[in-house]
Amino acid sequence: MNASRGKSACFALLSAFLLSGCNAVKLGVMNHAGPIAASQWRLYSIVAVVLIFVAGPVLLLTPLIAWHYRLSNKHNAFRPNWGFSWTLEGFIWIPPTAIVIGLAFLVWSYTHALDPYRPLVSAQAPLEVQAVGLDWKWLFIEPDQRFAAVNLLVIPVNRPVHISLTSGTVMQSLLIPQLSGQIYAMAGMTTHLNLAASRPGVYRGENTQFNGAGFQNEKFNVVALPPADYDRWVEQARASGHPLDAAAYPALFRQSSPPQPIVFSSIPQDLFQRILVQSTEPRS
Amino acid sequence: MTEGVWPAVLGRFVWHSLPFVRAWENPTASEIIGAGAASIVIFGAVLVVALITRLGKWRSLWSEWLTSLDHKKIGIMYIVLAFVMLTRALIEAVLMRMQQAAAVGSPGFLAPNHFAQLFSTHGSIMIFFMAMPFLVGLINYVMPLQIGSRDVAFPLLNSISLWLTGGAAGLMMVSLVIGEFSTGGWSGYPPYTELAFSPGVGPDYWIWAVTLGSVGSTLTGINFAVTIYKMRCDGMHLMRMPLFVWTALCTSILMIFAMPPLTVATALLALDRYLGFHFFTNDLGGNMMNYANLFWLFGHPEVYILILPAFGVYSEVVATFSSKELYGYTSLVLATAAIALLSFTVWVHHFFTMGQNANINAAFGIATMAIGVPTGVKIYDWIWTMFRGEVRFSVPMLYSLAFMMTFVLGGLTGIILAIPPLDYLVHNTLFLVAHFHNMLIPGLLYAMLAGYHYWFPKAFGFRLDEKWGRISFGCWVAGFYLAFMPLYVLGAAGMARRTQEVFEPAFRPWLYVAGAGALVLFCALAFLFVQLWVSIRDRDANRVFAGDPWDGRGLEWSISAPPPEYNYAALPRVHGRDPFYEAKRKGNPYPPPASYDDIELPKNSKTGPVIGVVGAATAFGLVWHMWWLAVIGVLAIGATVIARSFARDVRRIIPAAEIERTERRWLRAEAEITPIPRAVETTPANRGLAEVSG
Amino acid sequence: MSVNELRHVGLNLGRTDALTHEEALSAVFGFWLFLMSDAVIFALLFATYGVMLPATVGGPTPASEYRILPVFLETLTLLTSSFTFGMASVAMKHGAPRQQLLGWMGVTLVLGLAFVGMELHDFATMFGDGAYPTRSGYLSSFFALAPLHGLHVFFGCIWIVLMMIQAITFGLDARVKINILRLGLFWHFLDIVWIAIFSVVYLQGLIR
Repeated sequence: MNASRGKSACFALLSAFLLSGCNAVKLGVMNHAGPIAASQWRLYSIVAVVLIFVAGPVLLLTPLIAWHYRLSNKHNAFRPNWGFSWTLEGFIWIPPTAIVIGLAFLVWSYTHALDPYRPLVSAQAPLEVQAVGLDWKWLFIEPDQRFAAVNLLVIPVNRPVHISLTSGTVMQSLLIPQLSGQIYAMAGMTTHLNLAASRPGVYRGENTQFNGAGFQNEKFNVVALPPADYDRWVEQARASGHPLDAAAYPALFRQSSPPQPIVFSSIPQDLFQRILVQSTEPRS
Repeated sequence: MTEGVWPAVLGRFVWHSLPFVRAWENPTASEIIGAGAASIVIFGAVLVVALITRLGKWRSLWSEWLTSLDHKKIGIMYIVLAFVMLTRALIEAVLMRMQQAAAVGSPGFLAPNHFAQLFSTHGSIMIFFMAMPFLVGLINYVMPLQIGSRDVAFPLLNSISLWLTGGAAGLMMVSLVIGEFSTGGWSGYPPYTELAFSPGVGPDYWIWAVTLGSVGSTLTGINFAVTIYKMRCDGMHLMRMPLFVWTALCTSILMIFAMPPLTVATALLALDRYLGFHFFTNDLGGNMMNYANLFWLFGHPEVYILILPAFGVYSEVVATFSSKELYGYTSLVLATAAIALLSFTVWVHHFFTMGQNANINAAFGIATMAIGVPTGVKIYDWIWTMFRGEVRFSVPMLYSLAFMMTFVLGGLTGIILAIPPLDYLVHNTLFLVAHFHNMLIPGLLYAMLAGYHYWFPKAFGFRLDEKWGRISFGCWVAGFYLAFMPLYVLGAAGMARRTQEVFEPAFRPWLYVAGAGALVLFCALAFLFVQLWVSIRDRDANRVFAGDPWDGRGLEWSISAPPPEYNYAALPRVHGRDPFYEAKRKGNPYPPPASYDDIELPKNSKTGPVIGVVGAATAFGLVWHMWWLAVIGVLAIGATVIARSFARDVRRIIPAAEIERTERRWLRAEAEITPIPRAVETTPANRGLAEVSG
Repeated sequence: MSVNELRHVGLNLGRTDALTHEEALSAVFGFWLFLMSDAVIFALLFATYGVMLPATVGGPTPASEYRILPVFLETLTLLTSSFTFGMASVAMKHGAPRQQLLGWMGVTLVLGLAFVGMELHDFATMFGDGAYPTRSGYLSSFFALAPLHGLHVFFGCIWIVLMMIQAITFGLDARVKINILRLGLFWHFLDIVWIAIFSVVYLQGLIR
């Protein structure tokens, strides 16, 4: 009886283990929460189907032929001097070429459709966000709302978001897998990312480009709120009385990862521009 | 006064640079592991020195190996180097997997900086000091034999390349004991590796090790290309060359044209770091995007430098172990050349996410997928080679089959990564890590191991143990799937690569499985060493002096095992693609030469070892800002080259009588051996003479 | 195959020294491959220069730094040296008295050193103007490209000295001959690279 209890405990543990394993994929594009990621997932599904036809024959033929023509099997043909056939040449060159040509059209159209620089089509004007990669945190500025936050990006659901990125330090890469792909942020340069959330929720974001000892801590949450909640949140943020002033500013550039997100109730004029210029100034 | 002298002598070195001192001051697990690694390097070096001294082998080691210009010995030394470096880099991989498995929601046992050094050395070593030496060693050994030549075109240059590679690998080992290695990954992206963000010695170690290695590889490429173009025996037209030689040729051409971009990238980074230039800095007009272009202009062809010789090995192995002509020789040659050419047209796919416009990304994505066509053709050519053959599942063939099945999966994920919108999602994640390991472990490592098993009897005169070979093979395959399939899942879930600590509990099971896989891979390597030991122990039972244990097809099997230093008593003349196979079928595989003549071979030379060791010392001086050492080193290298140019007594003659003696002994032995059928080729009955059927 | 059928690119010894010619086939081909990989290095430095040209960061610009007259004189010097080296090669091929070979090589050496000297003077002037490599990305790329060529010429000069010494000590044995053939290729190659530097760097810089 003890043994069976042990067994069932083991089983429970194992299934919990597997279940938590399955939860991993929910953090990715498979569990998409915005139009960009949804299109990416669709593209992935199409490609996956095509690829079955690419890999299938090899995965089937290799073991079948190797085993059938094994040395000990004397019931098959042995043609040691056979080494060419136009028919087979046709089979091995033409279909792969055709598949690649087909995929090429797909690649061309999807690469343009999902170009991170392409604004999302929407009746609403996009929410402007400026993201700055720092050691080892992200600063998100919402210039129109005149506030900023470290390691927290709050956006309204169903409204396009246009993110301009730069880096206050080395190169970084911003990825929010459930919403869109990634784009690099480089000092002195601006890159762009367009995305939107289609349902409320909390989505994981991170820097994927190694940038030093605190790299693994450079994670943040993207919180997508219904528009009314978003507006309320903005008001709260601006009322929080914690400005990004001359005292707080240098701390941003120190190598550190804040344990909790920091919200700044107000920001200096042209903060993003200032960082753009500052990061290319000569270091003493 | 001490203040003035010591910094000038020791440069940047301080006691704290030693991992032992760091571990003493701050005894964390991470530092102790670092000190342990350093002790292993020191202990290993002392042990090797003591062993050689004990056996009294210094003189013979020096005169028969280290200064040798014989392409066969140089090839073997390259492969020994590859195994040493493989061992280190695989242990590093196991440590990283253990760290990630242990670090879900906890800091684990490796500090972030230590972890970063591990992934940087692991990548740099596996590419530059495991894969490159392994394939260069294999080509060195096999290619001149296959084209019926006595050596490569420039034997001294060959030795210099070996020693530059060896010196660079030595520098990697020294970095374990003195100072720290770069944390910037194997690609060393600035501005992170610039002085402003990485002021330590790490990136300098990386720069000089890689630079020495890449210069060595460029010279190797030149050497091999000239050898293949100019030194083929009579009748060996281009379209009669074994496929391995074709792939060696394409790889050499890639080396000639693709290594210089790496040299430029590292040299410019060095100018930034040493002289304050502004190529890739954030400030004063530097532009790191230029580095990405330069590096991947090398980096992508490099992938094919690694993979093409592997394709060559598979072509040889599959044909031999199917007892059948290679299917679609012309297709394979065309596909090889097409891959080599296309490899220069796809480098942007390494940074689709750098913000260039959609036209560029789409064009490079399509070019990338286009490489899939010739690669797919090759796989089918091997399948049709087995078709209507008689397939034997010996160890090299097992590796080939595992490769074909596994490589295809890597190809699929490669297509996914080639599609820019999908790459945006999985770039820089473990998906990418899984993908390139999926290409390089089956594509490169399995091939090198297949080649090792296949040509080992030729090089040493006895077969490797079959049982341990199979066990090790099983571990390499099982370990690969366990270690890397979970990474695809984690990457698709957005887990960034190079992560020292993990905060998602959901990742834990996958990291456990991957960790177990890494341990299995480690066992695979251990079993490979067990196999070597067992094989050496039982060598007398497995001798194949006659030289043809696998019913081989090319010229390399038509001479004794191991081959005499001059390879061929008389340079062969060939009439077709599988000259030895045909000769066996015609009943005259070992024609004694009409007459024995003197053969001229290059004398040993100290130039290679001197340049390699002094080159590494120069690099060490540069790393630590010991300028005196760097200056002396550069002058010494110049002096060595000049001195060598004045040497005139550089050749020696092997007298005809000695050649005749050697050859007759072999032919006599051969007459006494019973030819064996293929079914028993993996038993001691195999003495290296094939029974010819049909 | 007869000696006449097998030729390598560049000046062939051909029938004048059939034995060495055969050896030269691989040796010179190998050196060509080396030059091609060296050419890739220069090509990438040109590309880098092109990319970084706008990155003057408020510092010196091409128009403010390049002086056409000295550069033109350098060009003439280097081109003349290529001609004199050509004469040396021809003298070697046709077995002219050794003094003739040494004489032409000596003239080449002097011209080469003169080129290096003039170039160093140019760089010194630029440094005097505050145009040094750490000033901007543009100047970094200029000082990686032009001095690398100068360094090549300098090594070429050392090589000429060595070959003159060897021609005296060993006479014109096979290795000396082959090495002079290679040196010739190297010297002419540097000419070509210089012409590219002259047109792409200096002329273009002055047009802007």
